[in-house]
Amino acid sequence: MDPLINGLTKAFSLILHLNPELLGIIFLSLKVSGLALIMATLLGLPMGAVLGLLRFPGRSAVVSVMNTLMGLPPVVVGLFVYLLLSRKGPLGFMGLLYSPSAMILAQTILALPIVASLGHSAIANIDPIIRQAATTLGATPGQVTLMIIREARYGIMSAVIAAFGRVMAEVGAILIVGGNIAGYTRVMTTTIALETDKGNFELALALGIILLSISFVINTMLHGIQKKGAAITA
Amino acid sequence: MKLTVSHIMKAYQGRTILRDCSFSFDKDIVYVLMGTNGSGKSTFLRICALLEKQDSGAIAYAVGDALLQQDMGLRRRITLVLPRIGVFNTTVFKNVAYGLKIRDVERKEVEERVMRTIAFVGLEKRRDQNALTLSSGETQRLGIARALVLEPEILFLDEPTASVDQENTEIIESIIGAMKKDSRTTVIMTTHDREQAERLADRLLVMRHGRIEDMPLT
Repeated sequence: MDPLINGLTKAFSLILHLNPELLGIIFLSLKVSGLALIMATLLGLPMGAVLGLLRFPGRSAVVSVMNTLMGLPPVVVGLFVYLLLSRKGPLGFMGLLYSPSAMILAQTILALPIVASLGHSAIANIDPIIRQAATTLGATPGQVTLMIIREARYGIMSAVIAAFGRVMAEVGAILIVGGNIAGYTRVMTTTIALETDKGNFELALALGIILLSISFVINTMLHGIQKKGAAITA
Repeated sequence: MKLTVSHIMKAYQGRTILRDCSFSFDKDIVYVLMGTNGSGKSTFLRICALLEKQDSGAIAYAVGDALLQQDMGLRRRITLVLPRIGVFNTTVFKNVAYGLKIRDVERKEVEERVMRTIAFVGLEKRRDQNALTLSSGETQRLGIARALVLEPEILFLDEPTASVDQENTEIIESIIGAMKKDSRTTVIMTTHDREQAERLADRLLVMRHGRIEDMPLT
């Protein structure tokens, strides 16, 4: 039990003393995952809206693919982005491999199907009467679409938060494309993996505690949003 | 604004609902359309309100001799209140204000018109309450308020009292009665209740075998 107790004690000390290395890693993690989430939302939400609002041939197949991609293994995404950005890859000329940009790209690919798929469900589940009500009140097709998206806001927020939870906890893809370079591409999850290998449990545990806290906050928010949505629509 | 429907036909899955249905609705009169379940009353209103397309026949809106284009401009001069109104997940005020906001009405005027309308339907105390928490009678009044605030020239009401209690039925009837007295809106409503129809109608109609027929008031 000693290594665990010692590790935890030192981990709390690192957190309480606002260790600069620790803060740098947390900041980079939040920046990478935050930007990936923004990208995934900007791309995924319109996709979810199109899937939820329009009927077109092949729509069910696209929804099935999106649902399947929600379970994308991060290492596979990492491999794909690595091949894309490696020197001989189609985007190799951009020189993005082993950079935060590569990590953002990988996490965007991981988060996109979650935002699109759960966003689609949220929009598709809105009572069709809302569309008719807005139409009878004189809304244009664009205004009707905005109203439906507004009505689906709790479900959409849940989708975005779920995607954030997924990318924050992810390690495989960013390890492959980021290279875990200290002070440049080293984030919470990759640091935990590395420091555990080195037997340096203090920093790993400190980051583990913070990661768990972030996860707790995310889940609390998610639960709160779902509860609010359920309470109002009950 | 006058509405004329000519030889409207509508069928669903091979079953004809409206069959050669024709009628001319004059300005500022309260019409009450009766008929059995499935007789096509709601379909008729939805087609007149441009929410659905007829299979054949014509709908014509006219002011004097001038026919109106069936575009967004016309759609914003008529309003249909559905039997299930489709409450927006926001406050009573914002539900009623929605139609004005999408018409870019100025904020001050929105405030004024919404407050006047929700007072007219007796929902002023519910102004900031989430509309999803209203009772079924209040919800129906909200639906009428959302339409009335737009000051439509023709108001279609599809079974406005079908699922509400006696007290709310009386309130809704008094709202329609006030509109009748005011004579500034053509109201075309459907109901099952013969006595209510007699109380509210200037002209009583019945949907029979997919056609509209006049029915004398007793």
